[in-house]
Amino acid sequence: MRADWQRLLYWFRRDARGRWIGLALIVVALAVLPFVLEASVGRTWVRIIDLALLYAMLALGLNIVVGFAGLLDLGYIAFYAVGAYAYALLASPHFGVHLPWWVLLPVGAVLAAFFGVVLGAPTLRLRGDYLAIVTLGFGEIIRIFLNNLNAPINITNGPQGVNLIDTIAIDGVSFAKTNTLLGIPFPGTHLHYYLFLLIAVLVMFVCMRLEDSRIGRAWVAIREDEIAAQAMGINTRNIKLLAFAMGATFGGVAGGLFSSLQGFVSPESFAVWESITVLCMVVLGGMGHVAGVVLGALLLATLPELLRHTAAPLQQQLLGKVILDPESLRMLLFGLALILVMLLRPAGLWPSPTRRRELTSTRVSGTV
Amino acid sequence: MSLLEARNIRKSFGGLQALSEVSLAIDSGEIYGLIGPNGAGKTTLFNVFTGLYKPDAGSVLFNGADVTGRKPNLIAAAGVARTFQNIRLFANMTAVENVMVGRHLRARAGALGAILRDRTTMLEETAIRRRAHELLEYVGVLRHAHALAKNLAYGDQRRLEIARALATDPKLLALDEPAAGMNATETASLRRLLEQIRSDKVTILLIEHDVKLVMGLCNRVAVLDYGKKIAEGAPALVQRDPAVIEAYLGGALP
Repeated sequence: MRADWQRLLYWFRRDARGRWIGLALIVVALAVLPFVLEASVGRTWVRIIDLALLYAMLALGLNIVVGFAGLLDLGYIAFYAVGAYAYALLASPHFGVHLPWWVLLPVGAVLAAFFGVVLGAPTLRLRGDYLAIVTLGFGEIIRIFLNNLNAPINITNGPQGVNLIDTIAIDGVSFAKTNTLLGIPFPGTHLHYYLFLLIAVLVMFVCMRLEDSRIGRAWVAIREDEIAAQAMGINTRNIKLLAFAMGATFGGVAGGLFSSLQGFVSPESFAVWESITVLCMVVLGGMGHVAGVVLGALLLATLPELLRHTAAPLQQQLLGKVILDPESLRMLLFGLALILVMLLRPAGLWPSPTRRRELTSTRVSGTV
Repeated sequence: MSLLEARNIRKSFGGLQALSEVSLAIDSGEIYGLIGPNGAGKTTLFNVFTGLYKPDAGSVLFNGADVTGRKPNLIAAAGVARTFQNIRLFANMTAVENVMVGRHLRARAGALGAILRDRTTMLEETAIRRRAHELLEYVGVLRHAHALAKNLAYGDQRRLEIARALATDPKLLALDEPAAGMNATETASLRRLLEQIRSDKVTILLIEHDVKLVMGLCNRVAVLDYGKKIAEGAPALVQRDPAVIEAYLGGALP
């Protein structure tokens, strides 16, 4: 039985035809996933997956800064906020401006990249803990600005946030309501899912290509030894700023998508806690490894929801009353999971082959 | 014309005068040795040459251009590559990746090229990889191409650092104690490598404690003591210089 499975897996991986069939199976599975989820556990779960995909984009963006270039950034969520507010302010009744999404996503991306460079530039000489503290501060500055920019001129509408944000509409098909395409009804959450999935895959693709390139090697060189990297002729300033900008870009895009999905943004969504969560996804999944980071994001975004939906009913059934409220239980298990992973798999759940060697090996034989 | 010329370099750290009025000139094609007792300022001078330190006074001319106080990456671009006394490889990259990083300077692909993988980028990437393998073979660590740098044997790490430096196409290769910690056999083979590099038209600046290596290899030698240059010239002459003998062995009894 086991041997059969292994043979099948091998066939999917190695045989050219097998690869295509494997890929087709994955595509079909991903395509029907929202319908399966809706039918089995309800539409809420499609929405949870939508958010999980946004987190995957965020984690991939942060991975460029933290995983590749080794710059510990604790204010990453600020770029998500920049993208989200750029979209919200330019596609809502707040200013009465309603630009289309395909303008706003690039605008959000460029604006976030700009902020990435602006916030990155003062930190260039800092490393490790000091860098973390400063980026933490910068992240908070953005949030506090959003919170307070409602006076004297009302730009962000302060703590009340921006409401009634336009939902993405492609060719007249609005993601705000259920659309019937080819006789199949597609609710807005489903349409968001497909778009998010597409963009997340695109981001993954970009990350993988960057990793295996001249730029990617320069990032890793800086992570490994900045002085040696500079002595080898790498312009560490520009390469670091590029990392900040690329990471922020993905955050900005994810932010715009978030605005469209929620229809509402407020500064509350961009608290420090969110930065930490995204960092946890990167570390837990496997810092520097694109697939691992996506895994980390999907797990950390969905597991707490799973818990939220099961913990209370389960306790009710077993004990007759709810002893631990799901929210605090969530934090408890979250912390426990992190500690366990760091103890048992210090390189993350799914580390890149190199990282695994770096954190576990003592001495491997030289040749391959 | 000399390839690198230092004029009256001064550098102090707090109250410590690490270098005072050091001038020297390295000619194209030679191996120039820099020796002196511990703490004499050899590595400091090295760091001034390669842009890690800014001198307090004086100037460094490389290939006719004033490079004083320029950033290390610009000096590397001008054609000075270095190794470090305490090996500074990219420990968690493979040997070949280390050398490929050295090619960064002589390649141009940016983020867009990396994402699109257009023809130019791919050709450049292939060239980088080929050159890296050539250099690994040149220094003799090709068989470890895909091992992590930190897992290489000590002597191989030293060689890999030289390969990485050579990858930047330097005119001047600055080596900070390349033979430190090597046994006699390893030193002998390092010596052959350095002679090979010299015959391939790369000038070498060498800091070294192994007197036998320096005397046998260098065309000229400068001796530093307490931040001052006390002697310069052919190894055989420098060896007999009373000031040098005093610096190493102490003066005659009064």
